[in-house]
Amino acid sequence: MNKLTRAGLGLLMTTAVATAQAEDVKIGMITTLSGGGSHLGVDVRDGFMLAMDQADRDDIEVLIQDDARRPDLAKSLSNEFMQRDEVDILTGIIWSNLAMAVVPSVVRQGTFYLSPNAGPSALAGKMCHENYFNVAYQNDNLHGAMGAYMREQGFENPLLMAPNYPAGTDALAGFKHLFEGEVADEIYTQLGQTDYAAEIARIRASDADSLFFFLPGGMGISFMKQWENSGVEMPVFGAAFSFDETIIKAVGSAAIGAMNTSQWAYDLENAANQAFVEGFQDAYDRMPTLYAAQGYDTARLILSALEKAHPSDQDAFREALREADFDSVRGEFRFGPNHHPIQDIYVREVVEGEDGEPTNRLVGIAVEDIQDVYAEQCRM
Amino acid sequence: MSVTLLIEQLINGLQLGTMLFLMASGLTLVFGVMGLINLAHGSFYMVGAYVTALATVSTGSFLLGLVAGVLAAAAAGAIVELLVIRRLYHRQHLDQVLATFALILIFSEGTRWLFGSSPLWLSPPEALSGSVALPGGSRYPVYRLVIIAVGVVVAAGLYLLIAHTRLGMRIRAGESDREMIGALGVNIRRLYTLVFALGAALAGLAGSLVGALQSVQVGMGEPVLILAFVVIVIGGIGSIKGALLGALLVGMVDTLGRVFLPALFGQFMSPSDAAGTGTALAAMLIYILMAVILAFKPKGLFAAHD
Repeated sequence: MNKLTRAGLGLLMTTAVATAQAEDVKIGMITTLSGGGSHLGVDVRDGFMLAMDQADRDDIEVLIQDDARRPDLAKSLSNEFMQRDEVDILTGIIWSNLAMAVVPSVVRQGTFYLSPNAGPSALAGKMCHENYFNVAYQNDNLHGAMGAYMREQGFENPLLMAPNYPAGTDALAGFKHLFEGEVADEIYTQLGQTDYAAEIARIRASDADSLFFFLPGGMGISFMKQWENSGVEMPVFGAAFSFDETIIKAVGSAAIGAMNTSQWAYDLENAANQAFVEGFQDAYDRMPTLYAAQGYDTARLILSALEKAHPSDQDAFREALREADFDSVRGEFRFGPNHHPIQDIYVREVVEGEDGEPTNRLVGIAVEDIQDVYAEQCRM
Repeated sequence: MSVTLLIEQLINGLQLGTMLFLMASGLTLVFGVMGLINLAHGSFYMVGAYVTALATVSTGSFLLGLVAGVLAAAAAGAIVELLVIRRLYHRQHLDQVLATFALILIFSEGTRWLFGSSPLWLSPPEALSGSVALPGGSRYPVYRLVIIAVGVVVAAGLYLLIAHTRLGMRIRAGESDREMIGALGVNIRRLYTLVFALGAALAGLAGSLVGALQSVQVGMGEPVLILAFVVIVIGGIGSIKGALLGALLVGMVDTLGRVFLPALFGQFMSPSDAAGTGTALAAMLIYILMAVILAFKPKGLFAAHD
């Protein structure tokens, strides 16, 4: 082979690579795959990749990194993705404190960010951005819907409990906003607390008629197990974060009877959801959680927008995202003016499944077309 | 604030105290006898809980699971002593802290690799679930009362072991002069392995018992480990009696603080502010207690080495 042909071949190859780059789409996913609460990140990833596999497109590359629930690591991973890999879209973050560390600078630099879970109030309100979309919920949605549902069910004196950190205080504020009545008491626990004997004694001594709590992850498991054996008879309510399929399996029979709000349920009857639940079980041999549904919807939203425009054409791609032209597994779905969902929130009850293990069953709709209260602070 | 609530909280404090004692007694024994700071003590707590959860599910008996958990923790302790800890006795405390911290990471990631990051299911046995009536009309979970009883039995057993048996005599001798006891013909290496395994077994027992109340998951031992260190510093490092007293003190102060501080602040603040401030202060209370005790008794309440 002489020099000229070699140079010519080289030139051909570079142009081929260059055209491929112009058409290909790179998606960066930063999510929590190790450490406490990693089942959330694993489910978001698996749901997301399921949708990608079903679409079977070889022009989309998904890069996945583990943030170990550390804001500093998430921040440096996002820099790596944007500067070294030059991704078009970022997604994946589970925790609100990590989202606050990463999202504002990402969207300011012109990269799209689609949140499959975290929905802190600041990003829905004052710090909203045209390149930021939340496909899951604003954090208050599920708590507020439970407040509305409990008022509707005639509860007059609920006792509220949450860990003493921003998402905990936000949860109770969100609940009270739609409950619109007096509450018996508010108990704040330590974040990561494992023993709730003292709190259960306080609940027993109170004159409350019901309990609403927000204790995500392992905290909820510990609490429910101790609650069951305490002999306190009181209906229990919460958001789906304490009652996803993984958690209630670990809680066991103690979870049965608890009511919880969720924007999705595996027994919702629509074609997209049936395809998702069956596909997920085939692929991973376990029941999907709401986090998996969020990952799946995020990927399907991206795919629907890519049909219309490439992310390099920012305005067209943004408009395509805003249209949300895909069949969400949760039924009707659209974006509000702050790029956060306007959606129905459902009520589920934990019941004993056919295999004897607890599982969630859809009961009805708590609130239709819920929209967060921060939207009016958003100037885009 | 009613009397029934106070009684219930006192029992809660006692229960937390006895659980902390199970952790702290092993930790203080290892430090007192062998002069070793063992950060990996929380890993044996986790090993106990995991093995109990697995054995309970496969045998269907919580008691068998409990025995398996304790034995597994003891075995893990003996293996770790033979492989790693043995090389650390003559090194500085910094080396010991580094090596045992590495052990925490190895145990945690190993457990995650084997069992995944989802928590395991473990509940108290049928016979011990439910609650009994307390004087004053309130109810209390049977299982927590059982934990208190186990704690009392272990405390009595440890006292008998240390004060009235040949092994206990050797442990006490090892505490005061390890060269001399070696010169007298006692196999000091085997003694150390035994003491370390005993400490690990106690941590495993605590993990197995508490695992049924809380969630069995990776990293469950570390928060308890921090409290156990507070206990042995308050009680005086190396002293079993100090560990018992320190554990009860920390259990009571922590439990009562969590209930009564928010109520106290509620007298002159709005409910949600009071709950926030009270909770934050309650979280600091045991460390304040430790600081106050150390200010007056720098070596703790019952220092083993004066």
